[in-house]
Amino acid sequence: MMRHLISAADLTRDDAVLILDTAEEMARVADRPIKKLPTLRGRTICNLFFEDSTRTRISFEAAEKRLSADVINFAAKGSSVSKGESLKDTAQTLEAMGVDAVVIRHSASGAPYRLATSGWIDAPVINAGDGTHQHPTQALLDAFTMRRRLVGRDAGLGQDLSGKRITLVGDVLHSRVARSNVDLLHTLGAEVTLVAPPTLVPVGVEHWPCEVSYDLDGVLPKSDAVMMLRVQRERMNAAFFPTEREYSRRYGLDGLRMAKMPDHAIVMHPGPMVRGMEITAEVADSDRCTVVEQVANGVSIRMAVLYLLLGGSEPAATNARTEEN
Amino acid sequence: MSKILIRGAKVLGGEAQDVLIDGEIIAETGTGLSAEGAQVIEAGGQVLLPGLVDLHTHLREPGREDSETVLTGTRAAASGGYTAVFAMANTFPVADTAGVVEQVYRLGKEAGYCDVQPIGAVTVGLEGKKLAELGAMHDSAAGVTVFSDDGKCVDDAVIMRRALEYVKAFGGVIAQHAQEPRLTEGAQMNEGVVSAELGLGGWPAVAEESIIARDVLLAEHVGSRVHICHLSTAGSVEIVRWAKSRGIDVTAEVTPHHLLLTDELVRSYNPVYKVNPPLRTERDVMALREALADGTIDIVATDHAPHPHEDKDCEWAAAAMGMVGLETALSVVQQTMVETGLLDWAGVADRMSVTPARIGGAKGHGRPVSAGEPANLTLVDPAYRGVVNPADFASRSRNTPYEGRELPGRVTHTFLRGRATLVDGKLA
Ligand SMILES: [Zn+2]
Repeated sequence: MMRHLISAADLTRDDAVLILDTAEEMARVADRPIKKLPTLRGRTICNLFFEDSTRTRISFEAAEKRLSADVINFAAKGSSVSKGESLKDTAQTLEAMGVDAVVIRHSASGAPYRLATSGWIDAPVINAGDGTHQHPTQALLDAFTMRRRLVGRDAGLGQDLSGKRITLVGDVLHSRVARSNVDLLHTLGAEVTLVAPPTLVPVGVEHWPCEVSYDLDGVLPKSDAVMMLRVQRERMNAAFFPTEREYSRRYGLDGLRMAKMPDHAIVMHPGPMVRGMEITAEVADSDRCTVVEQVANGVSIRMAVLYLLLGGSEPAATNARTEEN
Repeated sequence: MSKILIRGAKVLGGEAQDVLIDGEIIAETGTGLSAEGAQVIEAGGQVLLPGLVDLHTHLREPGREDSETVLTGTRAAASGGYTAVFAMANTFPVADTAGVVEQVYRLGKEAGYCDVQPIGAVTVGLEGKKLAELGAMHDSAAGVTVFSDDGKCVDDAVIMRRALEYVKAFGGVIAQHAQEPRLTEGAQMNEGVVSAELGLGGWPAVAEESIIARDVLLAEHVGSRVHICHLSTAGSVEIVRWAKSRGIDVTAEVTPHHLLLTDELVRSYNPVYKVNPPLRTERDVMALREALADGTIDIVATDHAPHPHEDKDCEWAAAAMGMVGLETALSVVQQTMVETGLLDWAGVADRMSVTPARIGGAKGHGRPVSAGEPANLTLVDPAYRGVVNPADFASRSRNTPYEGRELPGRVTHTFLRGRATLVDGKLA
């Protein structure tokens, strides 16, 4: 394993499968009456959030606590970008306090990379989302969800997503989830197609390991999983598309469209969903939609990542059980 | 001692000869000149050039003396072989009145390391709304002839037209920072393959090219002279080439960093590579080199942009844009243009001294190295190889993209009107 987790692109196929397999182990902990392992007892992890994200912060915090780590939550007020030095200053404060790992969320692309490579800090850095760049644990939890649903919970162990056809729909341009998923899914052997209006596809996308289509209806019958990306309403004002209605008509997922997907295919969404515009309530509430599972899987994935970066090489759960005695 | 004999220097890279300086002028050139009464500098085959002229320098004074002052900036200039620099107008206060340009001009005279020719703002406060008093700045002691809102684009087509027309009355030139503002909102780096991957806001080539296309057409329409600052894309080269073939009076500059570095470096997220216009692709770099060689791009200008450490030691999005360049410019040009065979030393003298002096109207600079001319000279050792160490810089700032990089060539001596400002690589 690497020392930091900054980008899904940094993961090899074997790294990624190891994380997914470890997450399966971690998921079993959630089924126990006492959902806690002593694995990271005595270790301090800081959740350094320069950008609000209650969902991601709580998910990391739950993972840290289930591994018995001591948790410091640090929420930076206001825009850190307007006060450039705060990242470095904060990092050095944490270093002085002897933090063992930093989970960072930042509105600036590259901030976690800077934190990990500038010599400001020694601890492992885990990227919890940076600007429009990467959100690797999100991609891992998505891949975990796909493997469970499309390959199988136990049958999936040791397996990747070879041959699975995954479609990502929506605001690719501004989406760190899209970037992370394209990288990781490709590494895991899946075939990825991006579907979006041309205004929301980045210049340079032709170098990504995926296909691009502007036609959702044409792609749906060939998809094993369809992941809807968040589309912010502000994009309309910046002329990325004419109206919400038109976006919805061309790129929204409703019951009729879902019916074009193969029977086994699933619908995913990183949340929070904008119901009506990108996904209808009918789709969101159907049992093909994995949004709730994705949340639960997020905790298992983050436990696995923290364990592998901070723990050791031994299996997490068995090792833990002996310690419990 | 007022006489200096430079013995055995390759003038403009030609045959070795002697150059005798007497007072402020070159008294004599030839072989076997008498050293009587003169201090002798053994050039040992080093290359002698007319003192370099930078049409695009940020000296930061007044207002940001923590980044650079006229004194530290001109010391950096002398270290890099420059005898004249044009100081950009985006200071605090902005150089948009006779008072401010005269202050900068006077500070340059007092410092004495090289001639400082202030550039005046085109519009009041660089706001792009109202023409600054261009005539008053021209008539001031500073004698301003170059006007620029550099850092910002004069994006209003009517204001640009009027400025181009207005300065014809006194032979001025408008130097345009070509950047369509709406197309570059939130821009952090070149828009392309790398920006798509890094998730950094894109600065598309077309934002530069569309303004250049508009401005050369405006210049043609009103019969004026326009200068394009820090041109950075292959497409911009094609537009300037077309404009020149049509007889439009346009000149253009390229920075050393755009001749060497590409946007691949941004993968490090190290803000030392953050600059405006941004580093482009390999294809752009090659097109810029060729355009400089064939004269489509007229000159090299540094866009020396000093920033204090804290403005760069942070996350990319928060960092200031710009790089220092005065002390490394000639080395980068040697590596990218001379050692690639694209330009000889006479070509370097043309692109870095003769033509910038002509565009900016810097009297006494960019002159032939011959008897009777002002002794503004630069002696460079092209055989030298060294690793760039920012701690050695005379500039107050250290934001160089070349730290730790080996670059060829070293300026050993600089003479400003016969007086050495740099001796054996050390400031006098
Ligand atoms: Zn500039």
